[in-house]
Amino acid sequence: MKINHSLPLEYSTHQNQMNILGFWVFLGAEIMLFATLFSGYFTLVNRTGNGPTGADIFEITPILLETMLLLTSSFTIGLAIHAMRLGNKKAMNVYFVLTLLLGLGFLSLEVYEFIHYVHIGAGLQTSAFTAALLTLLGTHGAHVTFGIFWGLFIIGQLKSRGLTPEVANKSFIFSLYWHFLDVVWIFIFSFVYLKGMM
Amino acid sequence: MEFFERFAIPHPSPAIYASMVAIGLTVIAIVAGLTYFKKWGYLWREWLTTVDHKHIGIMYLISALLMLFRGGADAIMIRAQLAVPDNKLLDAQHYNEVFTTHGTVMIIFMAMPFIMAFMNYIVPLQIGARDVAFPRLNALSFWLFFMGAMLINISFVIGGSPDAGWTSYFPLANNEFSESVGTNYYMFALQISGLGTLMTGINMITTILKMRAPGMTLMKMPIFTWSALVTNIIIVFAFPVLTVALIMGTMDRLFATNFFTSTNGGIDMLWANFFWIWGHPEVYILVLPAFGIYSEIISTFSGRNLYGYKSMVGSMLIISFLSFLVWTHHFFTMGQGALTNSIFSITTMAIAVPTGVKIFNWLFTLWRGKIVITTAMLYSLLFIPIFTIGGVTGVMLGMSAADYQYHNTMFLVAHFHMVIIPGVVFGMLAGLHYYWPKMFGFILDEKIGKWTAWIISMSTLLAFMPMFFSGLDGQARRMYTYSESTGFGIWNMISFIGAIGLAIGFVLIVYNIYYSTRYASRDISSDPWDARSLEWATHSPVPEYNFAIVPHVTSTDALWDSKYNNHVLFPGKYEKIHMPNNSGIPFILSCIFFAWGFSFVFGMWIPAIITTIGIFICLGHRSLEKDYGRYISVKEIEETETKLRGV
Ligand code: HEM
Ligand SMILES: [Cu+2]
Repeated sequence: MKINHSLPLEYSTHQNQMNILGFWVFLGAEIMLFATLFSGYFTLVNRTGNGPTGADIFEITPILLETMLLLTSSFTIGLAIHAMRLGNKKAMNVYFVLTLLLGLGFLSLEVYEFIHYVHIGAGLQTSAFTAALLTLLGTHGAHVTFGIFWGLFIIGQLKSRGLTPEVANKSFIFSLYWHFLDVVWIFIFSFVYLKGMM
Repeated sequence: MEFFERFAIPHPSPAIYASMVAIGLTVIAIVAGLTYFKKWGYLWREWLTTVDHKHIGIMYLISALLMLFRGGADAIMIRAQLAVPDNKLLDAQHYNEVFTTHGTVMIIFMAMPFIMAFMNYIVPLQIGARDVAFPRLNALSFWLFFMGAMLINISFVIGGSPDAGWTSYFPLANNEFSESVGTNYYMFALQISGLGTLMTGINMITTILKMRAPGMTLMKMPIFTWSALVTNIIIVFAFPVLTVALIMGTMDRLFATNFFTSTNGGIDMLWANFFWIWGHPEVYILVLPAFGIYSEIISTFSGRNLYGYKSMVGSMLIISFLSFLVWTHHFFTMGQGALTNSIFSITTMAIAVPTGVKIFNWLFTLWRGKIVITTAMLYSLLFIPIFTIGGVTGVMLGMSAADYQYHNTMFLVAHFHMVIIPGVVFGMLAGLHYYWPKMFGFILDEKIGKWTAWIISMSTLLAFMPMFFSGLDGQARRMYTYSESTGFGIWNMISFIGAIGLAIGFVLIVYNIYYSTRYASRDISSDPWDARSLEWATHSPVPEYNFAIVPHVTSTDALWDSKYNNHVLFPGKYEKIHMPNNSGIPFILSCIFFAWGFSFVFGMWIPAIITTIGIFICLGHRSLEKDYGRYISVKEIEETETKLRGV
């Protein structure tokens, strides 16, 4: 492997550069995936059948909390990458752990939210609206879950292998993924929850 | 017993039982043969674990040919059933299953792997690369596609085939109207292979953007590589739509959600919209690589550079964009109102413009060229007029007011076969003949090849032209029979004869492969067609590292320049070459995916959970694995090169 030291660690080999570009392309596909889910949601949002509407079921407190947790985690993963650029492995590690904890917090709240919906009669099978809502939220939540496991693997490798170009590359790509989930959430927050509660 | 009952086929027939026996015997024969000839190790090392883009390309090719026959058998059954009025060969249910399988197999499991075969094999060679950007992901793509294909192919002996058409429209495709697990198979087979396709998309885009030989700017890429780039961009943007549609359809069927139902707020038309937002780009995914191959072949055998290279690239980019804006033309009759229909009519007709530009570019390339008619060239020349018939009838269908007359008649069926067969199938067959010497080191017999090209193209006309007439007379598609008084009999009989002709043509292709493998001369140069681009600059068959020295490029026709314009293609000397290691994980992971899909098809939740965990274990393993590839030493390169030069 040729390592180019004039570039940041995560870009320092050709394979690394390709991984990052490839991941950007993958994010392009993810944008289409969520765009399709959103368009399905917008088509079905008023088709509530005998079930409740969004305004009936959305509760602002847990949603605000979720939003805050996820936004903060996006900030901390940014800090982690900043620490990585500075070569500060310890700080990077701390911020990574923090990110995953915040992610976990978000996820627990979301699970709570889902259970709540089912309890008040807005389950997956209730109406086209609930199906579209829960699928959209669920897909995002599944991404976060996957991200938490992925992050754990990266922390493990940071510990055992140190800050190699490969680990730096994986961490950087992970951060792209995490920011992306945050952006998706902002859309969910604005166009699903806020719009739904108005 | 109860456990096994769910796997029973709802509509068995002697033909299905016979197929079961045949499948069983074939499996036994393959296993026995591999064991007897002690080929398991070879199979594992060279094929199942390979990450070499060339081996993967060849596996795609073999799969595509196999699926061509699978889908072809269905086609013959369809045409035989319709050949005479009031025929009793197949009943309505079987007919439904047969045309559904035919469409699905041909589009997803024949045409797709065929284009994947050439993109995999040729693109890295054309850009002077050693492999693709992510070789292991590439293997995973192939095996996912393969397992998807297996899933759809076992459906008819375990649990029943899908029967809601390859478009699987809801509400027809929901549990109420499609009771068997067939449609579940459809959902999971497409989902799994679609995942593989998406990965190929990412892989190829990165490869083309990041691994080109020094000097090869984007506008100096060979045109086939351009077509591959555009195709893969469409893949990346279109396939996620299918993914979501399939997830929703699956949830409606397995978890009783209400996306596409007619109760509790569901909208069945949502499926149709999603399906065609993917589906129309999909037809361009299929045809653009074929256009790329035609461009290569036509310029090679006209002995001159491609006319209007820039406009070719431009028209492909425009097509890729427009292809996302026309989907509604597939259901003009389903009540969107005049304004929407008019807009989509216009975008639909607009797409014919860049397509026309390409046709004229080919014609101008031929103009005053030194034309050599080989089999590959013959297919390309036959493609132009026949495809034009398909294209022009497409524009007729695109006029929304008129489409009320054509929609869902045999006229439509004639249209898309008249574009897909000359467009995609001829293109792939042309590519097969053209690239065969590169892949296998000998030329397919030209005499048999040309006969076959004529038989196939004339049979295409025979099989599909009559449908335009019976369609205009009102023969509906997807109806298993018709009465004598309709007068459709004669048209369908002619179609049947054409279908037989096509079958003969495809058998002849296999015969040609057999014949040439036995008798063709192995003593050919690495550039038998006097071609123009880099894939012909290395030996045939191609060594695993593709190029001993990375080529340097100054134009689209780098090889031509080196042959006739004193361009130095390979400056410098041998250096050690970095190559990726083989891996069994893609194959194993895909096998797990197969079991995963199968479990979901039958709603067996415990195996579904176990296999899901298995999938994540494989991913975790990949994350932890340390694999930095290996190096081929200068000495090894020298040895290989001298051997390949045959001194
Ligand atoms: C000149 C450009 C083309 C135009 C204007 C065009 C137009 C159309 C229209 C309007 C329909 C829907 C008709 C109906 O359902 O009543 C249609 C169907 C179809 N076209 Fe084309 N088309 C074009 C090129 C192609 C190409 C290049 C392909 C494939 C390589 C293709 C494949 C198909 C398929 C598969 C269907 C129908 C599928 C189904 O309903 O099962 N078309 N086309
Ligand atoms: Cu279309």
